[in-house]
Amino acid sequence: MIIAKLAFKNIYGAGLRTWLNAIALSFSFVAIIFLQGLYNGMNNQVEKATVDAQYAGGHYWQNKYDPYDPLTLNDAHEKIPGDLAKLIAAKKATPILIRQATIYPNGRFQNVFLKGIEPEQNILSIPTSVLTDDKESIPALIGSRMAKSSGLKAGDYITVRWRDTHGTFDANELKIAAVMKTDVPDIDNGQFWIPIDKMREMTAMPDEATIIVLEKGSSFSAEVDHWQHKDLEFLLRDLRALVLTKSIGGSIFYIVLLLLAMLAIFDTQVLSIFRRRKEMGTLMALGMTRSKIIQLFTLEGAMHAVLAALVAAAYGLPLLIHVARTGYGLPEASDSFGFALGNRIFPAFTAGLVVATTLLVLIVTTIVSYLPTRKIAKLEPTDALRGKLT
Amino acid sequence: MVEGKLIQTEKLVKIYPMGSSQITALDQVNLVFQAAEFAGLVGPSGSGKTTLLNIIGSLDAPTSGSVEVLGGKIENLSHREAAALRNRSIGFIFQTYNLLPVYTAYENVEFPLLLLKIPAPQRKKMAMDALDWVGLADRAGSRPSQLSGGESQRVAIARAIVKKPELVLADEPTANLDAKNSHHIMKTMVHLNESLQTTFIFATHDEKVMRYLKRKISLDDGRVEKDEIIKPEVGK
Repeated sequence: MIIAKLAFKNIYGAGLRTWLNAIALSFSFVAIIFLQGLYNGMNNQVEKATVDAQYAGGHYWQNKYDPYDPLTLNDAHEKIPGDLAKLIAAKKATPILIRQATIYPNGRFQNVFLKGIEPEQNILSIPTSVLTDDKESIPALIGSRMAKSSGLKAGDYITVRWRDTHGTFDANELKIAAVMKTDVPDIDNGQFWIPIDKMREMTAMPDEATIIVLEKGSSFSAEVDHWQHKDLEFLLRDLRALVLTKSIGGSIFYIVLLLLAMLAIFDTQVLSIFRRRKEMGTLMALGMTRSKIIQLFTLEGAMHAVLAALVAAAYGLPLLIHVARTGYGLPEASDSFGFALGNRIFPAFTAGLVVATTLLVLIVTTIVSYLPTRKIAKLEPTDALRGKLT
Repeated sequence: MVEGKLIQTEKLVKIYPMGSSQITALDQVNLVFQAAEFAGLVGPSGSGKTTLLNIIGSLDAPTSGSVEVLGGKIENLSHREAAALRNRSIGFIFQTYNLLPVYTAYENVEFPLLLLKIPAPQRKKMAMDALDWVGLADRAGSRPSQLSGGESQRVAIARAIVKKPELVLADEPTANLDAKNSHHIMKTMVHLNESLQTTFIFATHDEKVMRYLKRKISLDDGRVEKDEIIKPEVGK
């Protein structure tokens, strides 16, 4: 108890020095929590955006469909079987028909995927309702990345060529109904979304589809002939692996940040403690045991961390809550990350993250306070009084 | 207060290694100090005064020989036991005061009592009494940075005597003080020696201190050259 009282008195008595230490250390708290929260938020957001716009409650794939092999698309289409057709009729699923095609923007040619989708669907968060407006031409919805790579904008016409079910080439003009801004590159890059009825007509594939997207939370997973059920666990596997890779990078950054914070704390503590070695010698002369001196200085270090946590809470909590609400803006170039990152990331600060970081910094501070104190407390009292180091 | 023999050194040797050579700081020192003495170790720099004081105060250990302080052999004490001896029975006064900078004068004086776990009301009375003895009761709330050199040394004296130790060891207590403050401090210590029967041992080469001593032990090159009982030139 006496040690705690003395440590408090020393911290309190040191005045401005204490506050400077606490404020410097509080930056570590806030920076570590902020960055880790940003990574958590990014991971949550990537998965949510992908599920909302691409996977919903899972897929049924026509047996021959392989998303990694475009050549399979020629054969990967089939009439929708009864069970799945019932789900679609009940608006609990939506079909997508996929074909390869070629467009000719500005005299170039560019391979794309034509994706037929029901304009009135609301299973996926794609603004397909724009595909209902135009009765004169074939409306197409493209993403901003596709628009950028092809130089297209809303209202433009583009020639598209495709093969129908018999392998016969056909061509027509599509009218860009809208350019959507989406966080999910997989529904954007190289893709044209058109009404599925029109697509079926163009390809002579009535009532056919390549994949069926189930509504979110769907428990339907019955076996269907020639169709494979792909649950979310399967569909998100690659994304989660990618997020994990990026998270490992994030964790390394977290560790580096923690090491930097530790170094700063260590330097501060070493400077503070070495500067006070004569004071330690005085404490020894006054009859304080070595173990008590080590306890006192270590506790002072830990108290700095507690004070820093309070300082961090004072300005960090409002700041982090504000950022969690308004999000953290990302530069345009972040689209090249390769997965669904929005313009703004909404960091996810969990109680676990805050408590774990606080405890971690507290433990690190205590350890780096203990080490130099232990070294000085090992000195003979006469050496400490003279301010000798070794 | 302890009566009779307080300290005895026998064939005390202290050698410091200095690179490949050695420096003999104390060489076969045999001394006895009685309770309530007001003695001084005098001699030029490097004569071994401070080393002897440190060993008597259990801040340092002898290379060979024996030192008995208050019935305990210094060379046999563990760090913990040495700390307990210093805490309980020995007060130190340093040339540079060594006050704890973030504490007030009162808190500095109170500190040894905290280590002795003396209850707060008693602690407060003892600390204020000690400040009163050195004439600084009215500066109890001042920090060391707000005190003059003389005042700081008086606080250091109060801190050394607050627990009423059997022994006070003062290493060049007046080295940083002017003549007026030096005399004030020495008078304070003479008074405490006489009223509390506390043994004072000084390490000094300051003539102003020597004038107050009742016993003068002259050291040179780590050896006792002369040990004489003298009549102080000035008293309280």
